[in-house]
Amino acid sequence: MSGNLPSAARIVSITEENVRVKTLVLNARAQAQPGQFAMVWLPGADEKPFSIVDDHPLTFTIARVGPFTQQVHALNVGDRLWWRGPFGRGFEIVEGNGAHLLIGGGYGAAPLAFLARRLRAAGRQVIAIIGAKTKAELLLEARFAAMGCTVVVTTEDGSAGGRGLATDVARDVAHRERVATVYACGPEGMLAAVERLCAELHLPGQVSREGYMRCGLGVCGSCHHGPWLVCRDGPVFTVG
Amino acid sequence: MSLDLSVDLCGIRLPNPLVLASGILGTSAPLLERVARCGAGAVTTKSCGPAPRAGHPNPTVIDWGGGLINAVGLPNPGVEAEVEIIATAIEQLAPLGVPLIASIFAETVAGFAAVAERISTANPDLIEVNISCPNVTAEFGRPFALDPASAAQVTAAVRAATTLPIIVKLSPNVTDIVAIARAVEDAGADAIAAINTLGPGMVIDVESGQPILANRVGGVSGPAIRPIAVRCVYDICAAVSVPVVGIGGVTCGRDAVEMLMAGATAVGVGSAVYQGGPEVFGHIRDELAGWMQAHDYASLSEFRGIAHER
Repeated sequence: MSGNLPSAARIVSITEENVRVKTLVLNARAQAQPGQFAMVWLPGADEKPFSIVDDHPLTFTIARVGPFTQQVHALNVGDRLWWRGPFGRGFEIVEGNGAHLLIGGGYGAAPLAFLARRLRAAGRQVIAIIGAKTKAELLLEARFAAMGCTVVVTTEDGSAGGRGLATDVARDVAHRERVATVYACGPEGMLAAVERLCAELHLPGQVSREGYMRCGLGVCGSCHHGPWLVCRDGPVFTVG
Repeated sequence: MSLDLSVDLCGIRLPNPLVLASGILGTSAPLLERVARCGAGAVTTKSCGPAPRAGHPNPTVIDWGGGLINAVGLPNPGVEAEVEIIATAIEQLAPLGVPLIASIFAETVAGFAAVAERISTANPDLIEVNISCPNVTAEFGRPFALDPASAAQVTAAVRAATTLPIIVKLSPNVTDIVAIARAVEDAGADAIAAINTLGPGMVIDVESGQPILANRVGGVSGPAIRPIAVRCVYDICAAVSVPVVGIGGVTCGRDAVEMLMAGATAVGVGSAVYQGGPEVFGHIRDELAGWMQAHDYASLSEFRGIAHER
């Protein structure tokens, strides 16, 4: 009869990742797979889904995009926030020869950082392509590098790294290197391009989608994507 | 021995008695089709009103341990968009032989009639008249299902607005559900669905001291309410002659058998999707079939309502 009620946790550290993104580390632990999410609640404000960026201690990387995330960004070390989860289907680490190619667009780099840590801990070769519109919006690229990933940075305006889309860089990398699996998270347009790329190069892929979630429990149907529920069947879907 | 799980609900054939309850997953045609492919005998769309509604802010659904508590607040795209969803869904469901129930709500009696008339143009197999949502009281006032006269008024208005069979969905949150059931039967309901969620209830977060649901209160569903649902269905079946769709906390074949023994013609499944996913329909159907085989029943009518015999 324990249910799955929100748990309160204290913020033990806050890191400003870029102009719009903060990483909050909590005094809580979860047992999560990279790609899974939690519902983060502030009483009196709102509750929204966020990718788990580390489970031990529980960590979220949150972009300021609306009223709720603005309130989260106003929190200080020692303040509390509430979470329930982990929910959904995460990334599955696939066996195979070659590099594990991670493609993160914008905020999509956040859940991939968790995946990269697991992949590196398992001794896998990881190439992380971190894309953003502009240099100021690049996310976690130093963290991927510190984990021992080969990092390729690209921006749409060329203000950092090469100029272009992450998926174009991915195509070049895949032509050059043997790739075991592609893992991607980012805007819907980028994910569609990743799907095409995986089909074109006959590569197995997994993409993490965003959905308009309410319940997070697979009952309300708000986050439908075709016949699938992003919260339960995803957020990670197999492509290619 | 051949096993027949099929059901006749107001002249509509369901391949098995399991109905996707309204408010669960019924938001899109591909999702409705998936639920049908997973084994539902009929699917109900998420309740639709006259105009688009955003619903309540989050948190909207919580697993409190004995089931769920929800105050989603009837988000829906409005009847105009819903007509398109239903038309597409009917096309996709037709080859599967799974009928579609269009659930409707409104704030007023006239609103119910208008939505019923418009939704009928999409030609769903049945219309569910949801007069019992407990989560919009602040905006809509008391649900129509709490009073025999208002329940009958809505039923009569919808009856006059459509030629399709109508199922009126009742609330358990009344002192005498039988009086409401009789009133809607007399007003022209072709069937009754019972029960909607119980309560409203409240779950408080003891760290913040705040109710968890943004709406503060919400409808309670799932295994915790099944004995109440079974009793309501039993009482209603003893009092009316129209068929009853028994809903409330059914999660396995045994629970479906129980609801049928109480007299239900068909059995709604909702919160069970939380634990079991859409695949839960196939599991319950197979368990029901297995139970019937083990007890030498060839059809549902052989044991439907047997709890009334003494």
